[in-house]
Amino acid sequence: MKLLKKYICLSLFLFFIMKSFAQDAVAVSGNANQNNFMTSDGKIFVVMAVVVVIVFGLFLYLFNLDRKISKLEKNIKS
Amino acid sequence: MLLKSWWKILSFVLLLYTCTMGFLIKIPVLDGRMQQSVRNLFFHVPMWFCMQTLFIISVIYAIRYLAKPNPLYDYYSLEFARTGIIFGVLGLVTGAIWAKYQWGEAWSGDPKQNGAAIALLIYLAYFVLRGSVTDETKRARLGAVYNIFAFAMLFPTIWILPRLTESLHPGGLGSEGNPGLNPNDTSAQMEMVFLPAIIGWVLLGVWISTLFLRLRIYKEKLYEAA
Repeated sequence: MKLLKKYICLSLFLFFIMKSFAQDAVAVSGNANQNNFMTSDGKIFVVMAVVVVIVFGLFLYLFNLDRKISKLEKNIKS
Repeated sequence: MLLKSWWKILSFVLLLYTCTMGFLIKIPVLDGRMQQSVRNLFFHVPMWFCMQTLFIISVIYAIRYLAKPNPLYDYYSLEFARTGIIFGVLGLVTGAIWAKYQWGEAWSGDPKQNGAAIALLIYLAYFVLRGSVTDETKRARLGAVYNIFAFAMLFPTIWILPRLTESLHPGGLGSEGNPGLNPNDTSAQMEMVFLPAIIGWVLLGVWISTLFLRLRIYKEKLYEAA
């Protein structure tokens, strides 16, 4: 239950970060300012952002899994 | 904890570096041949490095098992081979996606593609063989022997045969070429991302294998205790 709360908080946090980025992009395109970093170079950096989020999520998951297995190992020793 | 798991954090840092710098660095123009798809070097190629490393660890433990039949060595051998297969499949799939847009077809029967597929099938048979033997020590011993044969076949299929024929892979100039990488197509800047990428992906593969391994050892202990 505690973990569920943590994940909900985290996803809400990520959602708001994305929200703020999205508004940024809208504002920029509204200004017709094409020098935005994210939309430059054929929007390749959007892909970069996606990949970075995936790496973060994947490693968060792996570290969690590692910790859980460590706990199990401790349990069986005692 | 930090002392023991520094390499896991290193893997995270290196992959974060790869996944940002891999997109940020300037790439050589190469007369428009590869364009941005050359950045796949940081993602597709390390899959094979990872597979190769995991299979090497697997065969080392297979040999150790035959020298001294400790069931622990068998678990090592099995779990590293299992994760190695996963990375091999990822390499094949990512390669097929890249090939679709670079060579025109996802599977064009390139010697390296065929060789890698054969090598993976040989390794898949390792699991079939293990699954068909019920006796534990027999399974471990047969598995270890087969593992060594599979490893021996890995070299002709992905290192030697693709070098002997024309290949679509970079530098596939018959025996002259290196079927993995054409040094003329990479820049020093790309190598600065490529090397950390290899280390990062390999460490990730080892980490995932050890997780499965620890889970297996735990299960065996639980089984013994019951």
